[in-house]
Amino acid sequence: MDLTWMAWTLPTAVFFITIATLLAGMTVWDLAQPSVARKGFLPIATTRGDRFFIGLLSGAWLHLAWLGLTDLPLWYPLAALVVWMIVLLRWG
Amino acid sequence: MEKWPDNKAWFLVLPVVVLVCFSAIIPLMTVVNYSVQDILQPGMGFFVGTEWFERILHDERLHGALQRQVLFSLTVLLIEMPLGIAIALALPTRGWGVSACLVLLALPLLIPWNVVGTIWQIFARGDIGLGGAAVKALGLNYNYTASATDAWITVVIMEVWHWTPLVALLAYAGLRAIPDAFYQAARIDGASAWAVFRYIQLPKMRGVLTIALLLRFMDSFMIYTEPFVLTGGGPGNATTFLSQFLTRLAVGQFDLGPAAAFSIVYFLIILVFSWVFYQALEGMGKGASK
Amino acid sequence: MKVRKRTLALGLYFVFLLLPLYWLVNMSLKPNEEILGELTLLPQNVTFENYVTIFTNADWYTGYLNSITYVSLNTIISLAVALPAAYAFSRYSFVGDKHFFFWLLTNRMAPPAVFLLPFFQLYSTFGLIDTHIAVALAHCLFNVPLAVWILEGFMRGVPREIDETAYIDGYSFPLFFATVFLPLIRAGIGVTAFFCFMFSWVELLLARTLTTVEAKPIAATMTRTVSAAGIDWGLLAAAGVLTIVPGALVIWFVRNYMAKGFALGRV
Repeated sequence: MDLTWMAWTLPTAVFFITIATLLAGMTVWDLAQPSVARKGFLPIATTRGDRFFIGLLSGAWLHLAWLGLTDLPLWYPLAALVVWMIVLLRWG
Repeated sequence: MEKWPDNKAWFLVLPVVVLVCFSAIIPLMTVVNYSVQDILQPGMGFFVGTEWFERILHDERLHGALQRQVLFSLTVLLIEMPLGIAIALALPTRGWGVSACLVLLALPLLIPWNVVGTIWQIFARGDIGLGGAAVKALGLNYNYTASATDAWITVVIMEVWHWTPLVALLAYAGLRAIPDAFYQAARIDGASAWAVFRYIQLPKMRGVLTIALLLRFMDSFMIYTEPFVLTGGGPGNATTFLSQFLTRLAVGQFDLGPAAAFSIVYFLIILVFSWVFYQALEGMGKGASK
Repeated sequence: MKVRKRTLALGLYFVFLLLPLYWLVNMSLKPNEEILGELTLLPQNVTFENYVTIFTNADWYTGYLNSITYVSLNTIISLAVALPAAYAFSRYSFVGDKHFFFWLLTNRMAPPAVFLLPFFQLYSTFGLIDTHIAVALAHCLFNVPLAVWILEGFMRGVPREIDETAYIDGYSFPLFFATVFLPLIRAGIGVTAFFCFMFSWVELLLARTLTTVEAKPIAATMTRTVSAAGIDWGLLAAAGVLTIVPGALVIWFVRNYMAKGFALGRV
């Protein structure tokens, strides 16, 4: 099958593999230790998966905002996202 | 009512997963791939990183289209939701009138979207259209091809004409699902019509109204065909909404990279809105059932 | 007195609803000279020429057949994959169920314009461009999530004691699903089929992009009325009227199902 039309590049491939790995990891984690919805600092009760989704979505927007408002490299928001994700998963 | 926990249920969902992979995930991945490249022709692209994203985010035309889009979606929701509920309440509940009304209501929904545009294109014209001519006869200087305000109003009216029946049909379905016993109890209590609406009908319609609100929001947010046929996005850019801007970028100018970058931003906007809606309404549901 | 007012308001709304449609029908029966000449509430020179043109010209009527073919295909595919999935969502909790459900919905929300380009490339790769199945599959993007969503609502209304009793009675899952469960939600399936038909029938952007000649939908054929000599309004109106007919027929056939489906909560 010809996949050239999809125009793969290394960075996007790495991006999707990372996302897929994270999703697989979350699934395995949930299978081993089912998550129960609880209330953290977020205004709604969330499960682990919900918090992961919120983290990803806010991460995407953080990167966009960074691109739109500053000229600095994207490593800063990426680092911030990792920290934010951990905070969110632990206390969100 | 607790559901049975069983991961084998994934096998039942499998056909959907396969189909959605084919029709959503692969295309979405492709869009992401395009968004970081300058594609001169198929199979020939250069990696440009986040350049397209930066350009799109600073694009004045996009900001304008986004503002118009949000304003438009809010306007039609504010008109369609109350109007749809009111129609559902006014519809007959028994007799031959029910079928007749439902069939009539469903009619605009089954008209292809470009034909809806055509209908209003004809109807609203001052020279050959009944609607346009009637407004002119009232002494108003109305011309949707020249005045931005008129074009805007015409598109909103068309959208209301086209989609209010969906809200009405769903609300009606919700109303019919209320057992008579509720009304009898209300009558015994001497409840006013407003109280019946506020404490019986509205809570019982919550589920279908959720669906109606979500559907209407999503569809109005990606409206394309009708304004395209009616006004072509003009006059000027007065009725150019997000989808039209995107299609112009992708097909009209063949700027695949910027179009893809914009697609992603568009998708992220939709994702946030629907997530917020979904959560708010789910939370409302839990609050009401307590 | 209050009921009167209510009926009056409803009547006014139906006038608003039907007036543009009436005008379309009205125009389709007029020759172009009359359309452009004077505003007449009833056609003065009734002509069926516009309709004759459409029914005798293969370019026009194949458009209808194409549309009906891919819409039917899409409805069948959507229902076939959505039924078991909706059952799973209504009965079981499993890992990631809510997230998958929400993600399905985001596909329903995704603007078709976003998918235009990759779809074209994808279907080109599989050699599916200009086939009915390509449009049918493309429309699954928004119809499958919708079908799952609506069906799940109907299935939740069926008490689970019915499932439990059937399993105790020794029914296997496929047998139970086909002979006991499906008949119970017949009305729901009718309503879902109606919505799938509707959204596939009215969509144009994807249908037009994925077809060229063989599977071209009627809605795309309509752009042919625009020529160097201006727009042929009468022909355009007649084609418009005819695109409404199949939809009206479908509503007519499912109207009892619709009423029943809408009243399902009572059953």
